[in-house]
Amino acid sequence: MNISTQDVQHVAKLARLNLSSEEEQVFTEQLNAILQYAEKLDGLDTEGIEATTHVLHLSNVMREDVQRESLPTDKVFANAPEHEDGQFKVPAVLE
Amino acid sequence: MSLFDYTLSEIHNKMNDGELSPTDLVDQAFKTIHERDNRVGAYLTLDEEKARATARILDDELIAGGERGLLFGLPVGIKDNIVTEGLRTTCASQFLSNFNPVYDATVTKKLRHAQSVILGKLNMDEFAMGGSNENSSFHPVRNPWNLDYVPGGSSGGSAASVAAGEAYFTLGSDTGGSIRQPASYCGVVGLKPTYGLVSRFGLVAFASSLDQIGPVTKNVEDSAYVLQAIAGYDSMDSTSANVDIPDYVSALTGDVKGLRIAVPKEYIGEGVDPAVKEKIMDALKVLEGLGAVWEEVSLPHTEYAVATYYLLASSEASSNLARFDGVRYGVRADNPANLLDLYHESRSQGFGPEVKRRIMLGTYALSSGYYDAYYLKAQKVRTLIKRDFDQVFEKYDIIIGPTAPTTAFKLGSQVDNPLTMYLNDILTIPVSLAGVPAISIPCGLADGLPVGMQIIGKSFDESTVLRVAHAFEQHTDHHTKRPNV
Repeated sequence: MNISTQDVQHVAKLARLNLSSEEEQVFTEQLNAILQYAEKLDGLDTEGIEATTHVLHLSNVMREDVQRESLPTDKVFANAPEHEDGQFKVPAVLE
Repeated sequence: MSLFDYTLSEIHNKMNDGELSPTDLVDQAFKTIHERDNRVGAYLTLDEEKARATARILDDELIAGGERGLLFGLPVGIKDNIVTEGLRTTCASQFLSNFNPVYDATVTKKLRHAQSVILGKLNMDEFAMGGSNENSSFHPVRNPWNLDYVPGGSSGGSAASVAAGEAYFTLGSDTGGSIRQPASYCGVVGLKPTYGLVSRFGLVAFASSLDQIGPVTKNVEDSAYVLQAIAGYDSMDSTSANVDIPDYVSALTGDVKGLRIAVPKEYIGEGVDPAVKEKIMDALKVLEGLGAVWEEVSLPHTEYAVATYYLLASSEASSNLARFDGVRYGVRADNPANLLDLYHESRSQGFGPEVKRRIMLGTYALSSGYYDAYYLKAQKVRTLIKRDFDQVFEKYDIIIGPTAPTTAFKLGSQVDNPLTMYLNDILTIPVSLAGVPAISIPCGLADGLPVGMQIIGKSFDESTVLRVAHAFEQHTDHHTKRPNV
């Protein structure tokens, strides 16, 4: 499977990244090399093999549905680039 | 000789006898840091004033007597992807260059509870992605044994600082070898515990099904003490394992009589430097002399591990790193045209090249039409790799091999080829995929650079891993060698 510069542009959009044309070139080459290397997995028969999502045999971890202490708002906003009236501030979504 | 050459129990004995105080240890740490770190580059942030104040409080407590923490007075450095309240935590990324955590990671809390003294935050590959520390977006770390060589990564600062005497011990994180490989390159002891043994709460997530925190120390006994202090169930981490924590220090009996060691032929075969193999063979002779027996075995899916790992870890990373969008924390791009532009520009300016590469790879592997071919396939191969280990552990107590196929390489020599760089982790990655514990300990020098032996155990059997490592250490002096920085 070969990925093209167009594929790289599409994936960058999904990943919310702007790439320079130089980056697009380099990533196209490098991702092709890595994915070509990954093709060695195709040689393995994994029919009927269960997927390992996790090495521990944990199922859903539940706790009592009770209110617990959480961070005070001044701490929540301590690292915010911009905030106002107890909310994170971003540019207008709808113009 | 540095104060840091004493073992933890020797230091505590000296404190009991009034020969040594926490302030003496912190003085020693900062003296060495100020002398050497402009060359080594292990630290990103120092917390000198607070560390000295903490040490003075402990000085008073020492005089007053009473109960003391397990790591009382010991100066510790923490990898910069583990959050520390009020102390800048950057993940070595420009994106978080202004980030001051508002809470402590569980391990940070445990270090404070055990009364160690936090010196500062340690350099690493950006977001823990890399094996040479050249991916730090601030400055590289250099290997204390030879400053032209890399210290390994991603916990390069954690390993180099211990080797250079700039911290008594440190914490690192290991996703595919990021504690063990730098420990090997820098000639120190690095332990990756079983997945789930140490809480990941407050560790900035890279690949959540693999990430694990562990100690870097100069000897195995200290490793056992630090593990004792940080292991244990945590309700704040839903992948934390609810298991009983044994007494790791009392497991260090020195007895390995009748121990059954498996040596995978894939770990000493093609691609492994003969000089590295020779040191491992010498080490096996030492263990044999102590009554252990070893046999060659096969972990047949070893050659598939690196490909499996890069698909899984990059996929998980692309999802985990979606949270960095310039909205709630981190550096926001200036003058965005709209919200979408804010996301795109903040991420494009904030992330370095290796992080972008892995986000791209992971996003591609998870994208519509490719999920089954890449992500699901890799999860199935992970099962086969894990089974390899399960089968060997049915007959053997422990697996031994090199930590890395070579000693450290020169700075700049592999930066242009990501795939070559990834293959340095070929002997640590399978262990991470299987989730089992492993330690890297020094077992000699080849051309003046340290060689690491990897001792791999069954899930939650850190006691055996530490016991074997300690027995070897008791009969060799590799761990006492120090570089001239």
